[in-house]
Amino acid sequence: MSDLSQHGVHEHDLAPGEEEQHSVSTRIIGYVVGLVLALLLTATSFFIAGTNLVWQPSIPIAIIVLAIAQMGVHLVFFLHITTGPDNTNNVLALAFGLLIVFLVVGGSVWIMSHLNENMPSMDQIMRMQ
Amino acid sequence: MAITATAGHAHADPHHIGLVVEHLGPAPKRIVTAYGFWVFLLSDIVMFSCFFAAYAVLVGQTADGPKGSEIFEQRNVAIETVCLLLSSFTCGMASIAADVRNRLWFYLGMAVTCVLGLAFLSIEFREFADLVSRGYGPSRSAFLTAFFSLVGCHGLHVSAGVLWLLTMMAQVFAKGFRADILRRMMCFALFWHALDIIWVAVFSVVYLLGGAP
Repeated sequence: MSDLSQHGVHEHDLAPGEEEQHSVSTRIIGYVVGLVLALLLTATSFFIAGTNLVWQPSIPIAIIVLAIAQMGVHLVFFLHITTGPDNTNNVLALAFGLLIVFLVVGGSVWIMSHLNENMPSMDQIMRMQ
Repeated sequence: MAITATAGHAHADPHHIGLVVEHLGPAPKRIVTAYGFWVFLLSDIVMFSCFFAAYAVLVGQTADGPKGSEIFEQRNVAIETVCLLLSSFTCGMASIAADVRNRLWFYLGMAVTCVLGLAFLSIEFREFADLVSRGYGPSRSAFLTAFFSLVGCHGLHVSAGVLWLLTMMAQVFAKGFRADILRRMMCFALFWHALDIIWVAVFSVVYLLGGAP
């Protein structure tokens, strides 16, 4: 952090979606790489979902891992969110958003599955009446 | 961001901690606008996470209606996914063209993005119309309610994105690559890429996981 002003770089932060100064061809190559990676990951997910080649209980986990990987590819190659010092604000906002997403989704699934386990089933309730 | 250890700026170092923060002044409007829009997108993603949570909780509550594996067609979903991925790529090409102020490639990229977005919407609309005509509308079961609200909410976002895309083409046509138009274009590109990220979650969670037998 201390030497930045001596080199005269990082006048300002980068906006989300904004890249550092690159030539047009470098930027296009970045999008092409992102597209190829995203298509590969998508094809793998669809293949895994319908195959009998792998151990069946591993399929949901594989799909979730592939989805998270693909979201990462989109964030890096299309939205240009990096870990550089000029991107700190964007990454912090993203981290907070992810925290809320995991609280909402994880909390809902957790609580509702426990409620389901602890509740008698509907026909049992009917018989008790 | 720049912090230097130079002494002698007493007014800039009120607590005498040896650190002088050189204030660069407010960030350019381009950064402020895009950052604010980024925060909006994150709140939009939080809203989608509520729909995802509802879907995850209700996916088994089919009320003797159809299960996901009986109504989802993986081939259509794969075509929709490819449409959105390619449109994200062409949207990136259009934003590069806007940065270098090349009108031809900008219009071309935006037009292809628009066509791919409309193709996605038409496939999704046909899927919904087909389900409703078979009696599997959103009122059939809690699972179908959650499915239609989650996927329909994404479809509404894509529709809004297509309208915004056409507006951006018209604005560039009428006003050229002015600074404010380029800011709007940057926000549009962020919006379109974020929709793609949400679609990745939709096809993985709803169609692939929910469609498993």
